[in-house]
Amino acid sequence: MTDDVVLRVITKQLIPFILLFALYVQFHGDFGPGGGFQAGVLFGAGFMLYGMVFGVTTVERIFPDGAFRIGIAAGVLLYSAVGIAGVLLPGHFLDYNVLAADPIEGQHIGIMVIEFGVGVTVAAVMIATFYAFARPKA
Amino acid sequence: MSEILDYVLLLFLAATAIGIVRLRGLIAVVMLSGIYSLLAASLFIVLDAPDVALTEAAVGAGAATVLMLGTVALTTREEKPVRFRPVPFLVVVVTGLILIYGTFSLPPFGAEDTPAQVHVAPVYLAEAYERTGVPNIVTAVLASYRSFDTLGEVVVILSAGVGVIMLLAGRRRGQGEKAE
Repeated sequence: MTDDVVLRVITKQLIPFILLFALYVQFHGDFGPGGGFQAGVLFGAGFMLYGMVFGVTTVERIFPDGAFRIGIAAGVLLYSAVGIAGVLLPGHFLDYNVLAADPIEGQHIGIMVIEFGVGVTVAAVMIATFYAFARPKA
Repeated sequence: MSEILDYVLLLFLAATAIGIVRLRGLIAVVMLSGIYSLLAASLFIVLDAPDVALTEAAVGAGAATVLMLGTVALTTREEKPVRFRPVPFLVVVVTGLILIYGTFSLPPFGAEDTPAQVHVAPVYLAEAYERTGVPNIVTAVLASYRSFDTLGEVVVILSAGVGVIMLLAGRRRGQGEKAE
């Protein structure tokens, strides 16, 4: 945590842009560089920056540690759910073609959802790990 | 021109690596390793791999630096002085020389007829857009063709995260008991 006014003000200004850029990288990964992994790390980095400047306890008041622990599992479960949906629909595990009437549309849905799952898990792991490291000793 | 840039970046990479080994102050080492990742990311940009560069910059220079700073805060700021040991040094030097010798039989840089270029890559380039409708072929391969691998990667991240959280949670509880 720091008392430096410049750092505090600049960080506050930067956070929305970092999070917005993370979302852009997440949902624009089909068209440009990026995807779930990069977006998750960027999203986590935004929280880390805020935590370093304003203290981990401040971030934890908004987003408790438990939420991220659930997020870690939720992303993987979402990814696997897409796979199992492919089996049930009926097709193969992680076969996106059957997710919609049009195979290309199915591919779009599948890729979008699994990338989102990847993003959720990566961001949650990043932030939960940061909490574990940086939380003041009990 | 681009080749000169490659050499300059590789030279900086080597210099940073030597700096990391030589320095004893761990905060400086963490900063240097962040610079190392940023240089590697620049190298990936020069090699036309923006997806990898984005990951390297975000993970290596950003998140890993913060986590290493956290580790330094939990442990110590100064590396213990190490005695020079001839046998490990010899093993490292010989292994390094063998690896460098091994690179001589690698295909030349950027060659078109290597297995990496002629095996599945042309298929991906030809049909990925038609079959997935995704213009970024890296995403198409990662999320559609190789989605099983990607699921494995996410599970690896999950287990790594759970492992770190469990390790550090144990540390805090132990210290709390000691304080009582």
